[in-house]
Amino acid sequence: MSTSTASLDQKRALPRRGGARPRSLNRRRQILGALFTLPTAVMIATFFLVPLGMTFWMSFNQWPLLGKHKWIGLENYSAALSDPNFLQALQFTLEYTVVITPILLVLGFGLAALVKRGNRPARFFQSVYFLPVAIGLASGSFLWLFMAQSQIGPMWDLMRRIGLIGAKSNLFAGHWSSLMVVIAMVTWKVVGLQMLLLLAGLQSIPDEVTEAARVDGASGWQRLWHITVPLMRPTLALVLVFSVAGSLLAFDQFYIMTSGGPSNSTITAVYSIYRYSFIQFKLGYGAALSVLLMVILAMVSAVQMLLLRNTDHT
Amino acid sequence: MISDIRRSLPRAAWWTLNVALTVLFLSPLVVMASMALKSSGDQGHIPPTLLPSHPTWANFRKLTSVQGLNIFHNLLNSIMVSVSATLLVVLLASMAGYGIARTKFPGAGIVFFVALASFMIPFQAILTPLYMLLKNMGLNDSLVGLTLVYVTFNLPFALFIMRNAFASVPQTLEEAARVDGCGTIRAIVQIMVPIVKPGLITAGLMAFFNTWNEFFAALILITSQEKFTLPVTLTMVASGSFGQIDWGSLQAGVALTIIPCIVIYLLLQRYYVSGMLSGALK
Repeated sequence: MSTSTASLDQKRALPRRGGARPRSLNRRRQILGALFTLPTAVMIATFFLVPLGMTFWMSFNQWPLLGKHKWIGLENYSAALSDPNFLQALQFTLEYTVVITPILLVLGFGLAALVKRGNRPARFFQSVYFLPVAIGLASGSFLWLFMAQSQIGPMWDLMRRIGLIGAKSNLFAGHWSSLMVVIAMVTWKVVGLQMLLLLAGLQSIPDEVTEAARVDGASGWQRLWHITVPLMRPTLALVLVFSVAGSLLAFDQFYIMTSGGPSNSTITAVYSIYRYSFIQFKLGYGAALSVLLMVILAMVSAVQMLLLRNTDHT
Repeated sequence: MISDIRRSLPRAAWWTLNVALTVLFLSPLVVMASMALKSSGDQGHIPPTLLPSHPTWANFRKLTSVQGLNIFHNLLNSIMVSVSATLLVVLLASMAGYGIARTKFPGAGIVFFVALASFMIPFQAILTPLYMLLKNMGLNDSLVGLTLVYVTFNLPFALFIMRNAFASVPQTLEEAARVDGCGTIRAIVQIMVPIVKPGLITAGLMAFFNTWNEFFAALILITSQEKFTLPVTLTMVASGSFGQIDWGSLQAGVALTIIPCIVIYLLLQRYYVSGMLSGALK
């Protein structure tokens, strides 16, 4: 009672503010908050919402870089679904995703298990494995492009010494060998992130649980398969979607390292959109392909939600 | 099982495996540094040598004139774009984060929802209209335009971090400051900013790395070579002249791009790791 009187007195002690003060103060704070948020809202509206809406609109038009655009309804979409170049790019993107995702998952899991102890040396090694994550995909691509060059590249030379490749071979001349070089680079660059995420999941499993299973006579693989993996399902789903979404949007590494070759066999979906929009200047068609790509990604996100939700109930 | 790997693996094997992996992970950086410092005689050596016989800065000096381009000028472009985008992101996201978390004005929820929803949309899908939009605003082929685009791409995540940071500051603290006679703005700057500092650093760091390393938008939105940012400039170095690629200069350029990232990572690792984690778990 006495404290409330004291604060009342204090408020009265402030001049020129009547009984409406708390309310008007609240109002003023709201206005301030709205003003503070305005620049962010304007930026997101101008450079995100407007272009997003335009993407949809353009996709229904024939839209050259110069000259008038023309409404053509769903023609871009029907053309896309029977466009061998785009379908091949889509197929290659899926192929790349299907190959790289398990590699990242398994290696990330292995690294997480290696550094799980969390003592000083383990933390040091963890920092080393995470270091390439800070490096840009583009600069990493230029670095590995050199490493895999015939004759002068150190990685090429090492592979030749081991006997993996012949003395005259060119890694970028074959579809699978160039894909493997790209996958090696991407693995080096991003596996540290997968490790970090899986490590967070691993550390959330109490040691007692696996310990109890061990006492009950479960073998190492049984414990991995029946205890660790099910308990880590939310993390695994997250890591999976991370790698799938990243791979579906791949561009830099193929643009820089393979230029889409050999014979256009490593053109990804985004690469194909880039070529239609900014080399051939079919902007409307590029927009339709972008919408299709967004739909595919939304489906991946939906699957993620499903996987995550299912785990909540178990 | 996992906890046992470490226990059941003999100590020596654990060390051997980790040391081998460390060599594997760091070797590309050794290759980069070695090639960047090799003389032109060393560079063409077949098979390639591990280290330069006579280390030289010649490759970096050659970067001052690559097809009429001074790469250090492009380095400056990168620094300008990344630093100003980062500062703007941190400033705007803090203001909006405060507004949304602490004042609950009508519409705050909508702004935050739209920002979160934008995580779902890949920016690659909206680049064509962005290109046209910038053209209509007279900002095509302009570093200002590129900076504004980078700010927008990085705002949602920064807003997410800053809203949460401000929301976790106890209400009583801000009230106490006001009772003590602090104006709202002073209360924010003097009382709240120090508390949300980890969030500020994380948000800024993510924005900096994203813009410094960004390739696709810069490739499309900037067309004049002298305005290229560093990653796109490397395509110029890699395209070579007279059909010959100067691999030494290319690796010197790669080193210019990568070394700032590594230095900042080593200095602010804790914030970077927490940013990557919350970015994934958002």
